[in-house]
Amino acid sequence: MVFLSNLVNGISLGSIYAVIALGYTMVYGIAKMLNFAHGDVIMVGAYVAFCAMQYWGFPPLLALLAAMAVCTVLGITIESLAYRPLRQAASLAVLITAIGMSYLLQNLALLIWGANPKSFPSGALALPTLNLFGGRLTISGVTLLSILANLAIMLALTTFISRTKMGKAMRCVSEDRGAAELMGINVNLTISVTFAIGSALAAVAGVLLCSAYPVLMPTTGSMPGIKAFTAAVFGGIGSIPGAMIGGILLGVIEILGKAYISTELGDAIVFAVLIIVLLFRPTGLLGKPIREKV
Amino acid sequence: MSMLEINDIHVFYGAIHAIKGVSFEVHEHEIVTLIGANGAGKSTILNTIAGLLKPRSGQILFEGKNINSVPANKMVGLGMALCPEGRRIFQQMTVRENLEMGGYSRPAAEIAPSVEDVFRRFPRLKEREKQIAGTLSGGEQQMLAMARALMSKPKLMMLDEPSMGLAPLLVEQIFDIIRELHAAGTTILLVEQNAQMALSVADRAYVLETGTISMSGEAKALLEDDNVRKAYLGS
Repeated sequence: MVFLSNLVNGISLGSIYAVIALGYTMVYGIAKMLNFAHGDVIMVGAYVAFCAMQYWGFPPLLALLAAMAVCTVLGITIESLAYRPLRQAASLAVLITAIGMSYLLQNLALLIWGANPKSFPSGALALPTLNLFGGRLTISGVTLLSILANLAIMLALTTFISRTKMGKAMRCVSEDRGAAELMGINVNLTISVTFAIGSALAAVAGVLLCSAYPVLMPTTGSMPGIKAFTAAVFGGIGSIPGAMIGGILLGVIEILGKAYISTELGDAIVFAVLIIVLLFRPTGLLGKPIREKV
Repeated sequence: MSMLEINDIHVFYGAIHAIKGVSFEVHEHEIVTLIGANGAGKSTILNTIAGLLKPRSGQILFEGKNINSVPANKMVGLGMALCPEGRRIFQQMTVRENLEMGGYSRPAAEIAPSVEDVFRRFPRLKEREKQIAGTLSGGEQQMLAMARALMSKPKLMMLDEPSMGLAPLLVEQIFDIIRELHAAGTTILLVEQNAQMALSVADRAYVLETGTISMSGEAKALLEDDNVRKAYLGS
């Protein structure tokens, strides 16, 4: 029963990673860049939700929507100010800009909210706890919510990408930007929408993360961000189901590793597994091998 | 009236001066071909007309309107389509999705009937409707690329090396399709390394050599021209 409880917690944490990883993977797939500031957008989302609940008296759902709105605007702004001018530049320049943006966001947060950790109102979501097997397995509301939110987001995104006009445009831009332009697709707009979606998801992840682990600091987003990036690479970067599988596996490995091997080595185990997977499958679990047909 | 008029364009790739003052025109209902060796700048010219590259100087007029500063994604709405070199179909999408993307600039209601029209012209694609485009044969991929460009109902269709990498029988088939498109009223600008085929289908031709036009005239006359025969037709 303890194992089952750990497993559920792992899936829950993994679901949060998966939601973050979706943002990484979509931006990578479509804009062909690693947005290392993504983790810090999570942190901003969490702070906005915190302020909304603590200072402005918003109910949790409204606070979440406010966080999503702010992060969406933030994502679009970051893309258009920092990344768009570098569209034709070498990918290294974009990568370094993204890292710079990450530090900028962290330090702005430090300036606005200070260095003292804020205690995220953990009971804010006020979800009932699920008792199973006569109380021997308890699953907290946040745990359940994370898993359900992840599933819902996955389904919605997959449908959006495969069915809608904008979703199809994203797939075209992902495959061949020039050919997409020839079809009449506005590439800049498509990339903006991608950042908007990724950043809104980051806000959701931020609220879920801080509901489960209620310490909020300017650096709160960076470790989950790196892990979610790992999850995206693990699953096959650019692949939406890959992000979900990678995220969940990573969460499960982390929690089980901490529970049964070593608490201190939990993160080391996670990254060791990543290295092993990449040694045998360099494109990740679901990544497509790169093949060119002439 | 000329549908397309190119006036003294210069195009650069960084410091490389790829197109050095090229001028030509395409009249309505013509087939015009640009022939020339590898690296002469043929594809660069088509990509510049389509807006993927921008000329440093000179003018591109489409139906009398200067389109120098029109972004690439607006060109298709003006009525021109480029079927690019190397086909560049969306490999991971189905045949049908590729065609639908070709009609991206048109109202949603017109797309399904247009796909059916295209399937009538390319019955082979109808058979492969739900197949992932990357799994098609080279000839089928070329047909899909042309069909996708047709989905926008272009007035001017630009084709970049449609015969590249295809077996002779398929090359014949591709050129038959070009003739049919022309007969149906589409103006065509064709870039080819297969000068023999290109000259036999075209009304007029321009010969491109390292970024400048070295010769131009009626396609039939160029087909008989000794210099052209020596340089591009291998006889």
